[in-house]
Amino acid sequence: MVGTGWYLALAAVVFALGAVGLLVRRNPLIMFMCVELMLNAVNLTFVAFGRDLTDLGGQVSVFFVLVVAAAEVVVGLAIVVAIMRRRTGATADDVSVLRG
Amino acid sequence: MEIAVFAVCAAIVIGGALGVIVTRHPVHAALSLVATLFGIAVLFLTLDAQFLAAVQVIVYAGAIVVLFLFVIMLLGVDRAENLRTEPLGGQRPMAAGLGVAVLVLALLFTIAASSGGFSGDTVATGRPAAVAPEFDSCTAVPKAFEGTGAAIACDGPEPISNIRQVAWWVFTDYVWAFQLTGLLLTVAVVGAVVLARQRRPDGDETPEPAPESAPEAV
Repeated sequence: MVGTGWYLALAAVVFALGAVGLLVRRNPLIMFMCVELMLNAVNLTFVAFGRDLTDLGGQVSVFFVLVVAAAEVVVGLAIVVAIMRRRTGATADDVSVLRG
Repeated sequence: MEIAVFAVCAAIVIGGALGVIVTRHPVHAALSLVATLFGIAVLFLTLDAQFLAAVQVIVYAGAIVVLFLFVIMLLGVDRAENLRTEPLGGQRPMAAGLGVAVLVLALLFTIAASSGGFSGDTVATGRPAAVAPEFDSCTAVPKAFEGTGAAIACDGPEPISNIRQVAWWVFTDYVWAFQLTGLLLTVAVVGAVVLARQRRPDGDETPEPAPESAPEAV
């Protein structure tokens, strides 16, 4: 049986990679994917702790995180589509024109 | 055996995560994300979370990544991106430094916590840790349902399945949160439709898809 610490270490690596990608990349779609990476890292942590503490609350939490992630992606991609219609090939930097 | 599965999945997960942040092509990034999500689904299986493994594949790989691909194709942004130039000076070293800091802090916490042992006899659940690593089928069911079908199943040879245990919690203790997720999803769908539909320049809000655009994906 693989120890819980290994799962947490893997989740930490994935979370750090997602955070770096979110900071570095300019394409809003890739930034969304990096957010998904970070959410998945946290999900892995939830399930690993849930097994360690023999508590199903971890898995139930992941269930709700999944639903919220789905809603977030739907709204976020709709915003990306709306922005891209106005300015084709817009990056995260171009969205600064939205400020008043 | 389990260590081998974990090692392979960890390699796939980290490789996919690296692929998301270094590939120049958005479609390649989406496919790398699929690899990561599948690896995490298998890790869920090794953690006795069969329901979440299935949901991970269906919702993430089946719905969310397909939505990403739809938007990539719909917007025609499926061309390679020049990653050589750095629009903001010194941003990448700072981002890498922050990432390393996050990683080191998380790993330090993990090492510190695991040296003391995560599970003890006095965990917050109040249940003895002796039943680890498997979920105890009887105690994983809320108290109010003891004596019902769940408790009967405890005496039988068949342990309560993971999906049934999750269902007990979702539809009892967390039922309000579950109902609110339904509301959240409804709001998200309505908001996406409002945001993504096309408006005519003259302010007429009747949706009229442009001739060159693909069928509505969002």
